[in-house]
Amino acid sequence: MMGGELGTDFMNDDNTLNLTGWTCPAPLRNYPTVVLGHGSGGKMMADLIQHLFAPLLRNDLLAQFGDSTLFKLDAAGGAPRLAISTDSFVIHPLFFPGGSIGELAVYGTVNDVAMSGATPLYLSAGFILEEGLPMDDLGRIVTAFADAARAAQVQMIAADTKVVNRGHGDGLYINTTGIGVVPPGIHIAPDRARPGDRVLVSGTMGDHGIAIMSVREGLAFDAPIVSDTAPLHGLVQTMLNITPDIHCLRDATRGGLAAVLNELAAASHAGIEFDESAVPVNMAVQSACDMLGLDPLHVANEGKLVAILPPEHADAVLEAMRAHPYGAQAAIIGTVTAEHPGIVLARTRIGARRVVDLPAGELLPRIC
Amino acid sequence: MKYLDEYRDGEITRRLLDEVARTVTRPWTMMEVCGGQTHSILKSGLDTLLPPEITLIHGPGCPVCVTPLELVDKAVAIASRPNVILTSYGDMLRVPGSSRDLFSVKAQGGDVRIVYSPLDALKIAQDNPEREVVFFAVGFETTAPANAMSVFQAKRQGINNYSVLVSHVTVPPVLAALLEADDVQVDAFLAPGHVNAVMGYWEYEQLVARYRVPMVVTGFEPVDLMRGILMVVRQLEEGRAEVENAYTRAVTREGNIPGQQLVSQVFELCDRKWRGIGVIPMSGYRLREPYQAYDAERRFPDVATIETSESPLCISGQILKGIRKPVDCAAFGKECTPQTPLGATMVSSEGACAAYYRYGRFERAR
Repeated sequence: MMGGELGTDFMNDDNTLNLTGWTCPAPLRNYPTVVLGHGSGGKMMADLIQHLFAPLLRNDLLAQFGDSTLFKLDAAGGAPRLAISTDSFVIHPLFFPGGSIGELAVYGTVNDVAMSGATPLYLSAGFILEEGLPMDDLGRIVTAFADAARAAQVQMIAADTKVVNRGHGDGLYINTTGIGVVPPGIHIAPDRARPGDRVLVSGTMGDHGIAIMSVREGLAFDAPIVSDTAPLHGLVQTMLNITPDIHCLRDATRGGLAAVLNELAAASHAGIEFDESAVPVNMAVQSACDMLGLDPLHVANEGKLVAILPPEHADAVLEAMRAHPYGAQAAIIGTVTAEHPGIVLARTRIGARRVVDLPAGELLPRIC
Repeated sequence: MKYLDEYRDGEITRRLLDEVARTVTRPWTMMEVCGGQTHSILKSGLDTLLPPEITLIHGPGCPVCVTPLELVDKAVAIASRPNVILTSYGDMLRVPGSSRDLFSVKAQGGDVRIVYSPLDALKIAQDNPEREVVFFAVGFETTAPANAMSVFQAKRQGINNYSVLVSHVTVPPVLAALLEADDVQVDAFLAPGHVNAVMGYWEYEQLVARYRVPMVVTGFEPVDLMRGILMVVRQLEEGRAEVENAYTRAVTREGNIPGQQLVSQVFELCDRKWRGIGVIPMSGYRLREPYQAYDAERRFPDVATIETSESPLCISGQILKGIRKPVDCAAFGKECTPQTPLGATMVSSEGACAAYYRYGRFERAR
């Protein structure tokens, strides 16, 4: 997924690309090397994409900035619209409550493809293995991967395996690319949110991020918190069966709900207002966030989507979502507004309003 | 959620707001001392619901904010050494030093690790006897007992590859400094509940007796904050100046006595520099003589001489004193953002400028 807006300083006067070389623009100059925050789905990552990747790799298709990119094999003809998405999985630890890197690598990409309304069909995978990875672990992960591909009804049609020296990888990295077909009559895109549209989430926020943090940081909670990793294309189909007129869909991964709402507000040049108390959050996740000084709105999910659609369909779609196993706790949380374009506001529990921003970089526990 | 939801309840908060509105007759300015309180006020939007007579100003109680830039530079210098594991609470890692932050040190090969307690750092030292493990001991009285315990245990167990880079500050001296300053206009204080949970509030009785300002020990959730504000307003309207406790579920007058004893066994008072304010006499802690072998500035003497000055654009000193608001600063949201902080109050999410930037720039700019 790529986010952020494109600059124009890399274009020549005749609108061709200026290839004289990349020079470091101001937001990146503070960091002569890559730091972890550049991959955390917040402002730092947006800066990196906007100022380094986009100027060098820009084209009209990439500029869609959806979770997946729509394209046709014959640009003008009647071929079906395809959706493609690629994602790399570098999660540590490889096994966590609720899953492993195996199913995550399938569902993460399947979900990105599904967020364009596409039916995911095919998958490719690259496995980068570190010397010393226990064969037993690899077996469990590939089993989880295969089970997940079956559950998501996608076929793996290309794969690659490489082994790197011990110390040059974190056990195992997986990259997957997914392709799906978008049925006619569906136009889901991040810039389609319109004033009056309703904002829906498919369930509780923050479960995956806190589950990972609990094992990574050795934090033990009384109530175990389990990752929500799940394939969402079935849920998307259920929603599209109610109405094809869904305007935006995103899976709320890195950066959480806050990042998704900010990206959609920016892309659509619209404001978003939501009711903080309407956002479902598991009690254990809320407690963990309170203890660590984190905001569940900023914490990653791996099986939750955000939908924006016209108000007249909101109740029916919500009802259908709640009848689906991956949408049982779905909720309508807010509205798209013509006011304050690009800004996301939350109505707090005590009835005030506040700006909900992108997380800055890595989520950091506070001192006290 | 028991013990939490009832303190975030919108209905109870509104009732307390109504009670404040009925009670207040004149303009009053009060300071919430702790950064955690500032964070909660702005996250809930509480300040936008208060009657116009009441002005909240955001005090100096954010440990990340008031840690001097040169301490960050010292941590960066120590973390850059080969053989060192620098451990820290997470939010110190993003604080920019004059050349780079601890995240960048990590990216360039330094071993920098986030811990949740200094006792975790001590465990890392035990597990890595051939490495020097340094804990960045930042904070107010709240974190002092745990930091003291780590040094106490290191000495007792003979873990000699452990040391602490100390930047400890205490609340009463900075309140006294604020009350002495001519340019600070504060009618009352919401005392920092978590500091009081450790230290009690008997020290604050001396401040109230001397300066005749109301102080109310206050918690961190919206209902806690509103109770504190209501008790302050009642004192001001009735012409009283006392220490009162609105956070009885966590705070007693005496505080955590074993914690205090441990702190005074390991630490002694010393002059400390506060970012944005300057040196305040006897306002912080340093290790006592028997524990000085665990002082990272002694173990790495070349860092002890590092001195750094602050950006001239930054008005964080005036913000920490409550004379000006973040939006009064010409650099706010322009040169100075949470990604590119120029000074103390933009650095941590608890800092007044960062909290304004994150939660308030839309509503409060209108």
